[in-house]
Amino acid sequence: KLASAVHNPGYSTEEKLAPYYDAITHNNFYEFGTDKRDPVRHAQGLITDPWQVEISGAVAKPGQYHLEDILAPHALEDRIYRLRCVEAWSMVIPWLGFPLADLIKRFEPTSKAKYVHFTTLEDKEQMPGQSNLFGTITWPYVEGLRIDEAMNPLALLVVGMYGNALPPQNGAPLRLVVPWKYGFKSIKSIVRIHFSETMPQTSWNHIAPDEYGFYANVNPAVDHPRWSQATERRLPSSLFSPNIIDTLPFNGYAEEVADLYKGMDLKQWF
Amino acid sequence: MSALQRKGWIRWSVFLLLLLPLILLIQRLLNGDLGADPAKFIVKELGYWSLCWLWLTLSVTPARIYLGWRWLTSYRRMFGLFAFFYAVLHLLAFATFLLGWRWDSLITELTKRPYIIVGSLALLCMLPLAITSTKGMQRKLGKDWKRLHSLIYPISILVMLHYTLQIRSDFSQQLIFAVLLVVLLGCRIYRKRRP
Repeated sequence: KLASAVHNPGYSTEEKLAPYYDAITHNNFYEFGTDKRDPVRHAQGLITDPWQVEISGAVAKPGQYHLEDILAPHALEDRIYRLRCVEAWSMVIPWLGFPLADLIKRFEPTSKAKYVHFTTLEDKEQMPGQSNLFGTITWPYVEGLRIDEAMNPLALLVVGMYGNALPPQNGAPLRLVVPWKYGFKSIKSIVRIHFSETMPQTSWNHIAPDEYGFYANVNPAVDHPRWSQATERRLPSSLFSPNIIDTLPFNGYAEEVADLYKGMDLKQWF
Repeated sequence: MSALQRKGWIRWSVFLLLLLPLILLIQRLLNGDLGADPAKFIVKELGYWSLCWLWLTLSVTPARIYLGWRWLTSYRRMFGLFAFFYAVLHLLAFATFLLGWRWDSLITELTKRPYIIVGSLALLCMLPLAITSTKGMQRKLGKDWKRLHSLIYPISILVMLHYTLQIRSDFSQQLIFAVLLVVLLGCRIYRKRRP
């Protein structure tokens, strides 16, 4: 379906891809349940067509857009990225998408656009996890980036993986992938992109600000209070060769993104 | 079948039942059915069953008093030992599969993370109970045996804390076990305070 994408050799890796089956059955998408296998079980009914995305806030062209119109002008690229979860596991995944920067430029942010907020669909009918009485997340799920982070060429808006359209559990029909940050920043099933002068209150940061910073850059030197971030389990992992590897600063993308944080104390702004 | 034989048969069935979660876990492991992150899955599963069997151990006395299930008392040692057994496997799986026996990580985890400290402490306290669980030790210790084994109360609270400290975005499981613990410990306090 999405075979027209061009492989971008500038954004690739020699590392072994996660098998497709693992990538679509080991997911964190709490709208569909907190267990890793809940999303594949409960997300298959998600209606992703028609889909609308609201562009709002400090932009010249705000509005409610059909997904087709959001995607129309962009050529899709095939990029292979490492995805590092804050829970200390990681996978290597081939995505299909286009640079977030290209989309942002189209809607002409004003000088007041200092931050970009992203919002996931909120729909209790389709997303059973949002009815969990014993959950701590306030829905809808919100993530965000500083505008210069959002304009970095690595930040990718994604519509597919492994040459196919995104499965619902992986964030269909439109998700973000920011490979130098922990996975929870790479928000799924986006319905709103909002530009503002103030930093958004992001979901995990709201629940536990001491555990999940706004920046959430992959950083082996800053532990999560409950576990070390120095290493990661590269999945799939078998028990007897556990595949525990060292985590790299900015998930190995320091060359591309370290400049964004020049002069910042990354222990403070974790 | 004599009464004695029947009792032996039931005892083996209970034994197998308590072992069943481990058997199923191993079966899933051999079938490659533990998902992409088997290490994490196994550690969680073993911890969960240790918790279940510990709560089961705690329910023996209330079941005797309130339901009249006197026969259950003879299984209490088995329940407790299984709780200990799964807890040991839980720790071993954590050290082996999640930390790969990297000593530096092991020391950091055991000293820096409150939930791991609390969990290790609970396991440490279970050790003397497991050692003194035999009939011989029970006779030898006499009154002290009961005093020593009331360690199960602080152990259960440490285990509950270990579980609670790991809440991330969903506390439904923790709530269930906490309510059960309040009932199990509460009915003991209630009985003690009654004149």
